[in-house]
Amino acid sequence: MSARLTFATAGRILRQLRHDRRTIALILVVPTVLLTLLRYLYDNNPLLFDRIGLIMLGVFPLVIMFLLTSVAMLRERTTGTLERLLTTPIGKVDILLGYGIAFAVAAAVQATIASALAYLLLGLDTLGPAWLVGVIAVGNSVLGMALGLLVSAFANSEFQAVQFMPAVVLPQVLLCGLLQPRDQMAGWLQAISDVLPMSYAVQALTELGANTEPTGVMWRDLGVIVGCVIVALLLGAATLRRRTP
Amino acid sequence: MTNAIEVEHLVVARGKRRVLHDFTCSVPSGSVTGLLGPSGSGKTTFMRAVVGVQQIVSGTVTVLGHPAGSKPLRDKVGYLTQAPSVYADLTVKENARYFASLYGLGAAEADAAVSDVGLSQAKDQLVGTLSGGQRARASLACAIVSKPQLLVLDEPTVGQDPVLRNELWQRFHALARAGSTLLVSSHVMDEAGRCDRLLLVREGLLIADESPAAVRERAGTDDLEEAFLRLVQAQESVQESDKEKVA
Repeated sequence: MSARLTFATAGRILRQLRHDRRTIALILVVPTVLLTLLRYLYDNNPLLFDRIGLIMLGVFPLVIMFLLTSVAMLRERTTGTLERLLTTPIGKVDILLGYGIAFAVAAAVQATIASALAYLLLGLDTLGPAWLVGVIAVGNSVLGMALGLLVSAFANSEFQAVQFMPAVVLPQVLLCGLLQPRDQMAGWLQAISDVLPMSYAVQALTELGANTEPTGVMWRDLGVIVGCVIVALLLGAATLRRRTP
Repeated sequence: MTNAIEVEHLVVARGKRRVLHDFTCSVPSGSVTGLLGPSGSGKTTFMRAVVGVQQIVSGTVTVLGHPAGSKPLRDKVGYLTQAPSVYADLTVKENARYFASLYGLGAAEADAAVSDVGLSQAKDQLVGTLSGGQRARASLACAIVSKPQLLVLDEPTVGQDPVLRNELWQRFHALARAGSTLLVSSHVMDEAGRCDRLLLVREGLLIADESPAAVRERAGTDDLEEAFLRLVQAQESVQESDKEKVA
């Protein structure tokens, strides 16, 4: 592992993003537009917006970063640049951490803008502190990024990669407690939702919405998110094979 | 003279198909060695085995005294893949600087590599907007930027115009004079004459491992294209008679 190589890679990925203005615009604009939609969808029920809008602050970045990184890493695999990198002094973990840092920067900017809009313009109201909501939102997008890096190993084309979104992320959105409280689901479904990382992300945000101070449950949830990120990155590193058939 | 690459009884399979059959050869240090053969003969597979990204069935590949692909080799071996493996959404300069940084080198070395491949004019262009030949050269710049002891170049001159091809070959020899060893693949026989040594491959079999002069002499013709054909025919008749003996 080398900090120099990790940061060189993160810088390279951010430069790639910088040349792609439209992607930057989509990263920044899409969550804000969707949040605005939600705000006026629940125009007569601000309490519901406080609940759903808050959860969406965590869900949107996860979905977007998942898509971005799964395609970015797939490109790295299919264009031969990954094979080439593996013949240079850089290590597998350096490559993945480089991705992690670069997209975490993008995610932090995205989450900050989305949160600022939600609190300042859309009137989102939470009992807990806004900065912690921002932290969890960034954590979620880093989670989306780590999952995206991992699933890119199982796709051979961009067509396949984008379909991992409905396959991997959508079930988590359905089961995370957004549509129906998790304790009212069928028992076996709740058991599944217990092992899906997004359930913890949503629970952490809900805790922040309902309590003035960060709770033990919230910290535990944040720990689960960080743990899932580390596991996904390590599994991702295991899928980077120097020798291929 | 020592050998930069020693290959002994290398066998590689892709799926159930044997791609390389019992390959044994060596590449002398400081030489420009050509790896020639038709498309699909196993050239790329051989090069991947040399840089250590190919799963092999059996045999050994030793590069600069170390097992191929092992850690001490990562800053000593440069690899140019057949399809240009550079980032299309970065400029030529940014690509070269990134690969330079992986070896702890700075912007000066990166910019020198870009001008070495004749891309100074296009250095601020996104690789995705370049022509195929320019893109291949951008990829080459990233391979030579670290001035590696061994350069493995998979078809570096494909799609380049004759003047540029000539310049590139001169550069390869200049690199060899400066102490590098080059293994260069090509499917164009007229490039064989530019190499110090030749490895001729056909259908995963090594049919010649000698200097161009020796190939010409053995085949009894000055035309290397013709010489290659004759060596193939000679080998096929050997195989036929072997089969008859077995029968």
